[in-house]
Amino acid sequence: MKIIIVGCGQVGTTLAAQLNAEGNDITVIDTSGEKIKAITNKIDVMGVVGNGASHLTQQEAGVKGADLLIAVTDSDELNLLCCVIAKKAGNCHTIARVRDHAYNNEASYLKDELGLAMVINPELATAEEIARVLRFPSALSIETFSKGRVELIKFKLPEDSPIIGKSVKEVIGLYKYDVLFCTAERGDDVYITKGDFVFEAKDVISMIAPPRRAAAFFKKINFSTSSVKDAIIVGGGEITHYLCSICEGDGISLKVIDDNPEVCNRFAEDFPKATVILGDTGEQETLLEEGIHDTDAFVALTGSDEENIILSLFARTQFDGKVVTKINRLDFDEVLQHLELDTVVYPKNITSNIILRYVRSMKTKAGSNMETLYTIIPGRVEACEFRISEGSPVIGKPLSQLRLKSDVLIAAIMRGRSVITPRGNDTIQAGDSVILVSGAMGLTGITDAIEK
Amino acid sequence: MNYKMIRYTLGLILRFEAIFLCVPIVTGLIYREWQGLSAFVAVAGLCLSLGFFISYKKPENMKLYARDGFVIVSLSWILLSLMGALPFVLCGAIPNYIDALFETVSGFTTTGSSIIPSDVLEALDHCVLIWRSFTHWVGGMGVLVFVMAILPLSGAQNMHIMRAESPGPEVSKLVPRVRRTAIILYIIYFVMTLILFFLLLFDGSIDSGAKHTMGVFDAACTAFGTAGTGGFGIKGDSIASYSPYVQIICTVFMLLFSINFNSYYLILRSKLRDAFNSEVRVFLVIVAVAITAISVNIYLTEIEGAATVGEALRHAAFSVASLISTSGFATLDFNLWPDFSKLILVMIMFIGACAGSTGGGIKVSRIIILVKGMIRELGDLINPRRVKKITIDKKPVGSEVVRSVNAYLVTFVLIFAGSVLLLSFDPYVYTSPMPGGEVDGGKLLTNFTAVTACINNIGPGLDMVGPAANFAFFSPFSKIVLIFDMLAGRLELFPMLLLFAPTTWKRKQ
Repeated sequence: MKIIIVGCGQVGTTLAAQLNAEGNDITVIDTSGEKIKAITNKIDVMGVVGNGASHLTQQEAGVKGADLLIAVTDSDELNLLCCVIAKKAGNCHTIARVRDHAYNNEASYLKDELGLAMVINPELATAEEIARVLRFPSALSIETFSKGRVELIKFKLPEDSPIIGKSVKEVIGLYKYDVLFCTAERGDDVYITKGDFVFEAKDVISMIAPPRRAAAFFKKINFSTSSVKDAIIVGGGEITHYLCSICEGDGISLKVIDDNPEVCNRFAEDFPKATVILGDTGEQETLLEEGIHDTDAFVALTGSDEENIILSLFARTQFDGKVVTKINRLDFDEVLQHLELDTVVYPKNITSNIILRYVRSMKTKAGSNMETLYTIIPGRVEACEFRISEGSPVIGKPLSQLRLKSDVLIAAIMRGRSVITPRGNDTIQAGDSVILVSGAMGLTGITDAIEK
Repeated sequence: MNYKMIRYTLGLILRFEAIFLCVPIVTGLIYREWQGLSAFVAVAGLCLSLGFFISYKKPENMKLYARDGFVIVSLSWILLSLMGALPFVLCGAIPNYIDALFETVSGFTTTGSSIIPSDVLEALDHCVLIWRSFTHWVGGMGVLVFVMAILPLSGAQNMHIMRAESPGPEVSKLVPRVRRTAIILYIIYFVMTLILFFLLLFDGSIDSGAKHTMGVFDAACTAFGTAGTGGFGIKGDSIASYSPYVQIICTVFMLLFSINFNSYYLILRSKLRDAFNSEVRVFLVIVAVAITAISVNIYLTEIEGAATVGEALRHAAFSVASLISTSGFATLDFNLWPDFSKLILVMIMFIGACAGSTGGGIKVSRIIILVKGMIRELGDLINPRRVKKITIDKKPVGSEVVRSVNAYLVTFVLIFAGSVLLLSFDPYVYTSPMPGGEVDGGKLLTNFTAVTACINNIGPGLDMVGPAANFAFFSPFSKIVLIFDMLAGRLELFPMLLLFAPTTWKRKQ
């Protein structure tokens, strides 16, 4: 597919790298020649220097033959303008990143009236992800499939867990729960958890199951499953704003700390129920005074990655509740894994994942349709959901007879309201949604998962 | 430095050289030249086995940085030449290895300077002759670009390789992927060569009364030499004894192959205005002015062979096309022309072809930037506070590009001066090739134009290295200096120099 990406910031670069690796022809546009040079040295893409909203620049980038234009510059207005012009000039699909929450309420209006295929708001998406973790703090991250009917849960095994030293087979036999373990990360290694995989302390496990079964399973292995009751949020940015509105509905009481009086005033106006604290976020005393020992969760959402990391590490030493850290920069994420952080959210990764999912679904092959895509381990394992339509070659065959690639796992079949944890003699039927966990990146249809 | 990746790429290059060697092997089979054939088969076998041996294991880390790209390109060219010279020695065509290496480097770098005397040349095996000419074709567009077009290498970092191998100050992609860009370039190259081949073949059906007519073999060799803007002839007097028709076709195609290949892609995409950018226009103007000046000059001085206006124009056009495209074919010995014409020819030798073509020289785009830079500098003296950017085709040229072009010129002059100095130690005895010429004193002109011809990848120079002569008389040391000049000139100086920088090779102990 021919894709134009306007804006070579971190999201633009990440997208270009991923989409290029999946075999698309990418042209990037940026006003800075330096940035274009840097990206073309790193990735096999073509660069055009210029204003992405200019018709001439878009022509030079080949908008006429393009299938998709993604506008991810810093400016919402520029992104929207890029999309409108591309739509007129090339009649391609367009995706704009729009972060201002003034526009956010009008997302659907913008989509319909300006003919955009998608409007993404990274802050809102991040807030939603944080809210999910707050509702189920035992997990490191939770992704949902099929509108929440199935969840992909990542968690870290504590040292006193009863399943340590047992194999996957034993655990399933012991607790008789239909959950499916997908992957385990141990240090820098990644394992696909087959039946004889033995759990060890500190393994990061990902698991797919419907929420109820997952909750029951967690109860059995002595995990707390209740939502947090209250949380301290440091930093009053857009994400915090969205998070407050979500949490208000969930009944989680929040304490927002920021050192800017204007920000505090705004929060006090918008969220009368929340406790807003005007104080220096960089001071230990403030956090201790506000009772970090007595809260269930701590969320670091300041504008600085370094501050977020330091605050979270400090919080980890003070209490054993949930700690969420927001990181903007995508570099050095391997180093972060060695820090004892709890949940880490990357707004930029979330944004690029959403766009990737859309691009994949544009490329879908006959007979299956991608619904959702999640990265379990960046660059190594992903989970995707396909809807199986009439005529797909996988219909009606028992799973044991499908010759799946060795690094692909069928994690769940959703039929109507029921969720089936697949066994060898189950079959896939038309209309089902199937979740695949795969070590091969870039599946575009279920047929990609089958040996040729 | 990613040493494993360098080793792996060199292995791939050897395998590809074995494939290239199939051309002389097939020729040898057709003409039943068993001795030559066995030499080529032996070297092809050696390349193949050595190639498989050292690139057997694919390195895990295929990441390349700019520096690795430069080193890979220069080492590949050296290795390619070292192996490519072997068949000449084995089959006895060129007994001395240094001479054979000179001939091969001259081939791959599309220089066309030869050490084979013209009487020996015509007696050589067909397979040897076609290998000489075929090296031009391979070297013209670049060997690694060819490898990239065929093999899906690591992908992302190939740009570093392409940049190091392609002529010109800046390399732009035609399409988002490097590999497809390489494929498009080679398709254009191949199709144009094929058209040239058939046009040359058509000569056989014209009764021109010329001494030689183009057969399949002659047409193939000439097409390879012209497409790569190389200039190895297969006749003692280059193109002179072929019909005027052949000469005119060659003139046109030498010029076509010295225009940026991106222009052809743009023409195919019917973007005519972008295709005729200022570099192409300036190039055509220079060619037109040079042809006019020289044809008037040689017509008025009544040079032998240029008696009529038509002949003068034909020979002037051929020589200008041959030298500005840095091919180096000849129809008349321009050594015998008046000084004015010779000086114009030497000047266009330095200017060279357009960037992104198969030609050598400093390149027209660099000349444009340098001249505009000079004009800007003059203007800045008049208005010291003026802010002015150099623009080409209404687009500003980045200051790093201007800087690198300036650095290129300085490096060029230094290497040039150094090489002429080294050549001056050569003890050969000067004998003027001119009838009744001076007995002594022409060494400086000979050395100067020999280096000019090599570093700009042209072929013939003036005086003792004129189009009717050859480079055999130089000492082995001088030949090595010239070999370096040819490689440096073809690879745009810096990749070769980088090989000699100790920090390039630094690794943790």
